[in-house]
Amino acid sequence: MSEKCKGLRDDTVSILIGGEAGQGISRSGGLLGRALMRAGFHVFGTNEYPSLIRGGHNYYLLRASARPVYAQSENLDILIALNKETVLLHEAELNPGGAILVDESNVFGEGELGRNDVNLYKVPMASIVKELGGPDIMRNTVAIGASVGLLKLDPSMLRDAVVATFSKPEVVDMNVRAVNRGYGYVKDKQQSFNCEINGLVENRRIFLTGNDAVALGAVSAGVKFYAAYPMTPTSPILDWMINHSYEAGLVAVQAESELAAINMVVGASYAGVRAMTGTSGGGFSLMTEGLGFAAMSECPIVVNVGQRPGPSTGLATHSGQGDLLFAIHASQGEFPRVVSAPGDLEECFELTKQAFNLAEKFQIPAIILTDKFLAESERDVEPFDEGIVPIDRGKTVVDGEWSGEYRRYSLTEDGVSPRLLPGTKGAIVNATSNEHMDTSYSSSDPKVVVDMVNKRFRKTAFIVEEVNKLSPVRVYGAPDAEVALVSWGGNKGPLLEALRLLQMDGVKARLVQVVYLEPFPSKRVDEELGKTSMNVLFENNVTAQLGQLIKMHTGYAFANVGLRYDGRPFNPSEITRKVLEVLRK
Amino acid sequence: MSTADFDTGEKNTWCPGCGNFGILNAVKQAILQLGLPRERVVEVSGIGCHGKMTDYVKVNGIHVIHGRVLPVATGIKLSNHNLTVIGHAGDGDAFGIGLGHFAHAARRNVPISYITHDNMVYGLTTGQTSPTSLQGFVTKTSPRGVFEEPINPIAQALASHTSFVARCYAGDLRHLVEILKQAFTWRGFSLIDILQPCVTFNKLNTYEYYRERVYKLEESGHDPGDYTAAYSKAWEWGERIPIGVIYKKERPTYLEAFPQLKLGPLALQPLRPSIRELFKEYR
Repeated sequence: MSEKCKGLRDDTVSILIGGEAGQGISRSGGLLGRALMRAGFHVFGTNEYPSLIRGGHNYYLLRASARPVYAQSENLDILIALNKETVLLHEAELNPGGAILVDESNVFGEGELGRNDVNLYKVPMASIVKELGGPDIMRNTVAIGASVGLLKLDPSMLRDAVVATFSKPEVVDMNVRAVNRGYGYVKDKQQSFNCEINGLVENRRIFLTGNDAVALGAVSAGVKFYAAYPMTPTSPILDWMINHSYEAGLVAVQAESELAAINMVVGASYAGVRAMTGTSGGGFSLMTEGLGFAAMSECPIVVNVGQRPGPSTGLATHSGQGDLLFAIHASQGEFPRVVSAPGDLEECFELTKQAFNLAEKFQIPAIILTDKFLAESERDVEPFDEGIVPIDRGKTVVDGEWSGEYRRYSLTEDGVSPRLLPGTKGAIVNATSNEHMDTSYSSSDPKVVVDMVNKRFRKTAFIVEEVNKLSPVRVYGAPDAEVALVSWGGNKGPLLEALRLLQMDGVKARLVQVVYLEPFPSKRVDEELGKTSMNVLFENNVTAQLGQLIKMHTGYAFANVGLRYDGRPFNPSEITRKVLEVLRK
Repeated sequence: MSTADFDTGEKNTWCPGCGNFGILNAVKQAILQLGLPRERVVEVSGIGCHGKMTDYVKVNGIHVIHGRVLPVATGIKLSNHNLTVIGHAGDGDAFGIGLGHFAHAARRNVPISYITHDNMVYGLTTGQTSPTSLQGFVTKTSPRGVFEEPINPIAQALASHTSFVARCYAGDLRHLVEILKQAFTWRGFSLIDILQPCVTFNKLNTYEYYRERVYKLEESGHDPGDYTAAYSKAWEWGERIPIGVIYKKERPTYLEAFPQLKLGPLALQPLRPSIRELFKEYR
C-alpha cells in the first residue's frame, strides 16, 4: 500500500472483533468483510470460537489489502473489543500505533493495560445503541462503523453492506444509523492512528466461505440429493442446501444420524441422482460402513469431511488435519476410491465438481477433505467459472429403454458397468452389499469373487489416468526456489502468505500442494521434491500423515517438519520462522 | 402372468418350512394382483435370512447393510417417487440395530411399505436372542432365558405416527396378500409386522403356537381409525393375538415437504446447475 499507511506493518490491515459468544461477532465480521470488499479491497476473514452459544471468548479476524490476502496475520492494527476481556487477551498483538475500540463504560485500573504505544478509543457504543432504541447486539455495528472511520474510508460502502445483509427495513435503518454514529464518533479523534488503506480492485467479487464454495460446486455439478446430520464445521452446508433446495432443484434432508445420512445418499444414488453428504470426523466414523456399501454396490457418492481435531469429540469448533489416513483407509475391505483436498475457495468449487464426475464415471465413493479453517474462513474471490469441469456422468443411462437382459455388474474392460436407473423400461436394476455375480445376486463362488474383485480394481488404472489430468500436485512460488514448503488442504493460504514473507527475507521458496491424496500422485510428488535441496513439510496434525503417505509411495522421508496440532491454523509468520530456522541449520 | 414370472431362478437357501416362503409368495401375489409393472417396483432388503428377498423376486432391488433399510428406501423414494418402494427387514434389522430409523421414517410418513420378518430370533447367525424375543426365551445368548421386555413393534409404530400399522401371520397367505395389497397402495409409511415361524431356532413361536392364537381384526369389529382401540390392540398378546390392519389414518406424505418434486421425480428432472443467481447473496 502507499506511504499513507504509516501505522501499518505491511501492505495489509488487520482487524480483530472480539467478545462473548452471542454478541454477533461472526455476523459483524462478515459484514465488515463484505463492506471492505465492496470498497475494492481483497479480504480474508476467519473466526475462532468455543463450542457454546453464550459466553466464552469469540473472535473474528479480518485482513484486507489491495493485493489478494489468503490468511490471517499474527499482528493487529485495530482491535474491536466488545468486552474488557478481549482487550486484555489481544492488546499484545497490536502493532505500535494501532487502535483499540472499546465501550466507554470499561474502566482499566492502574497498570492493567500493558500497552502505551497504541490508541485507546472509548466509544459510547452502549449509549448510542440505547439512544437509537436498538438491541444490545447492535453495539458491534457502532464499533465497525467506528473502525471504518479510523481507516478514513467512505462509510457508504458499509451502509450498502448493511442493506444487503439485513432484510427488515427497520433493522436496516437502525443499523445504518448505528454505522453513522460510530463513524462520526471517531472521525474527529484520529489521534496518532494514521493508517489509511486504498482499495484498488475492481468490484465484482464475492465474499464467501469454503463451505459456501463446496455447496456452490455441488449445485454446479448437478447435485440433486443432500442428506446430512449437523456437525461442525460442515453444518452450514446442510443449512445452505435446505435453504436453497427449491431454487437449486434438489432435495436436502436433515437425517436422524450420519448412519441414516450416508445410507439415504446411497439410496438416492442407486435411484440415479447425484448425491452427497457432509460431516466431520466423528460423523464420518459412523459413515464408514455406508462408505463400503457404496463401494460394493458401486453406487457413486460424494462425501465432504470437514476436519476438526479428534479423537472423539475433540476440539469441536477448531481446525485440524488428522483424518487424512482415516479417509484413505476408512471402511472394511479393499476398494478403489478418490480422496481430494482443496486448499482454497476456488479449489473447493473445482474439486467438488470433479468429485461428482469421478464418483459417477468410476462408480466409486469420492471424498473431499476440508478442515474447519478452510470451511469457515471467508475470502473474496472472482465469481466461480461455471464452465470448468463439465458434467460427465460416464456410463450412466438416464433416459430410455433397455432391450435384452440387463446385468448391473457386467464385466467390462475398464471395470465400469453400464448403470441404468431403476424404472428403466425393459430392465431390472439390482444392487447389493454382498459379493455378487454380474446379475447382482449373491455368490460366494471363488471364481465369481475373484472376477468381481478384479472388475472393481480394473478401474484403478483409469482413475489414476484421470486424476493425473486434474493437476493433482500444484506448485506456487519461485521457479528457482532453494526450499519447498510441502503441504495439503487449508494450509495453502498461510503458506502462500509465508512465501511472500520469505521473499522479503531474501529466501526463494515455493509451495508444493498435494491436492489428490488417493490415488496418490507419487510420480509428480517425487518430481517436485527432487527439484529442491531442502523440503519442509507442514501439517495440522501430530503424526505428519502426508509425510507418511509420501514416504510410503516415494520412499522420501522429511528431515524437517512443522506440525501444529493445537486446533489453530498456521500463522504465515510462524511458517516463515520455521523455514528460516531450517535454512540456518 | 403368474407368480412364476417373478421368479429369478436363484436357488433358494432358506430352511424347508421357513416362514419366509409364505412372505415371498405373498409379496409376489400382491404385486401380481395389483398389476404393478416390475420396473416400477423396488425392494430394499436388510441383513438376515429375509435379506435374500431381493434375490428371489424379479423386480428392482437393493440388498443393503444391516439395519439401514429405511434410510436407503427413503433416499430412493425421494429421488424417484414413481417407484413403489418395499422395505424388508428382519426383527434384528428393524428393531435392534436399525430401530433408530424406524420412528423417523414413520414420522416423516415416507411412502414406503416396511415389511418386518419378525421371527423373534436371530437365524442367520444361528440362534441368538432378538429385540422381539419373548421374556424367558432360551437362546445361545440368553441361556437363563431372555431378561429384557420385548420391543413391541406395533406400539412403537403407533407412538411414532405410522399412518398404516398392520400385523400379519406368515402362515395365512390369503390374509397376508390382502394386507400387503393395502400397504403397497397406501399413501404414506406403512408397517406390516409379520409373525414368522423360524423352524430351526425358535421352538416357542411355532406354526402351532400362532395357529392357536391369531384372530383377524377384520372379523372382530375393530375400527382401524380409532387410535385408542389400536393402542390397546397393540398390547394384546397371549391367548389371543390380533392380526390385520390395527391402525390407519391418512395424512400428508413426506413428498409434500418438497415442492420441487411437483416437477416430477428428481432422477428424471434435467440437471439445471446454473449458479449465477446464487452469487448475488455473496456480493
